[in-house]
Amino acid sequence: MNQALVGDSPRARQAWALLDGVLDPEVPALSLRDLGIVRAVTEQGGALDVVLTPTYSGCPATEVITQSVVVALTAAGLGPVNVTLQRAPAWTTDWISDDGRRKLREYGIAPPGPVAAGDGVPIRLVRRAAAAAVACPRCGSTATEQLSAFGATACKALYRCIACREPFEHFKPI
Amino acid sequence: MTASITIDRNPTQQYLLRLGDTCLILGQRLGEWCGHAPVLEEDIALTNMALDLVGQARALLTHAGRAQGFDEDQLAFLRDERDYLNPTLVELPRGDFAFTVLRNLMVATLLKGLWQKLAGSSDAELAAIAGKAVKEARYHQQHAADWVVRLGDGTGESHRRCVAALAELWRYTPELFEADAVDDAAAASGLGPRWADLQAGWAAEVGEVLAEAGLAVPAASPFRSTGKRGVHTEHMGRILAEMQYLQRAYPGGAW
Repeated sequence: MNQALVGDSPRARQAWALLDGVLDPEVPALSLRDLGIVRAVTEQGGALDVVLTPTYSGCPATEVITQSVVVALTAAGLGPVNVTLQRAPAWTTDWISDDGRRKLREYGIAPPGPVAAGDGVPIRLVRRAAAAAVACPRCGSTATEQLSAFGATACKALYRCIACREPFEHFKPI
Repeated sequence: MTASITIDRNPTQQYLLRLGDTCLILGQRLGEWCGHAPVLEEDIALTNMALDLVGQARALLTHAGRAQGFDEDQLAFLRDERDYLNPTLVELPRGDFAFTVLRNLMVATLLKGLWQKLAGSSDAELAAIAGKAVKEARYHQQHAADWVVRLGDGTGESHRRCVAALAELWRYTPELFEADAVDDAAAASGLGPRWADLQAGWAAEVGEVLAEAGLAVPAASPFRSTGKRGVHTEHMGRILAEMQYLQRAYPGGAW
């Protein structure tokens, strides 16, 4: 689910379309719209206002993303552009679009499962059996195991497939 | 710019700084593992968690600084030691890996409990920060719990190190839950919970993991640390010297 407020003007609608071409610098398979971090695109007193929500508190890509939005929209002649960050409601992986999930899988990253209602993350303090099965993005097998809770970025974990022996990354549900 | 700033010691400010400094100082300690963790995956995990904590600290310090017109960098780098209000637990040197994961379990369990309550704070900005941070704290707690069980219930050597680390760390946990006027004011205004009110839940969750790890909860000690009041151990001066050096040497320097 990804509800963004898009203004009625042609300029806002054009900007919304362009944001589908602005990629996440850390996971360049996804556009900002696929990722679900665009909360609003509206026109305010001559400027274009874009509201984004950060994925993680310390995500180092936030500043690059802000900058690439300004660059992309300005280059298309839609400037001036103001980008603001809005924390609440907190971003969740549930906002990644279906198209985004397919792109993640094709890129070799297992997409996140649904976030447990009311709890955010289905975590048990003391884990016994394997947690929810994550399907291998290459062969589809659910015979996989977690190697590390954190991957190349905070939003991913490292897994390996026991069936096809390939290591892969999993976008964690948050 | 190199001169130290002085913070207002009103209860709201102290409450926000206790939380912000806990994130800031533990984030700095975890960052020290960069290039030193036992395996590459843990090097990445610890520094990723440091990044989350520093991100949370940035949001909290930015928010705390508004009332006095300070920005996050001024609060992070230009305060004197006694104006940092983190509990002593987070400033202790990083120790070995057992010490690090046990402390992470203690702090992540505390922060998770705080963020859950703070998501309903009367302070909308604090509630927004908490709504994001609670998701991160859950992963930190899970990561720490996995390692505590693995090491506590591991080899003779890993168990021995866990017992030693737990004995050292446990003395610093009563400070986390000591009630005082700052907490009372926060509870009264709806800003946030008394840390003391989280003690029972914290003890239950930490106890569950320790039991699974085969580690006994150490006996209570009469010792009380005082970091939340700004009275720190000798370790605080050293970590601040490292953190503040660049900003003091090159005032206003930015990336």
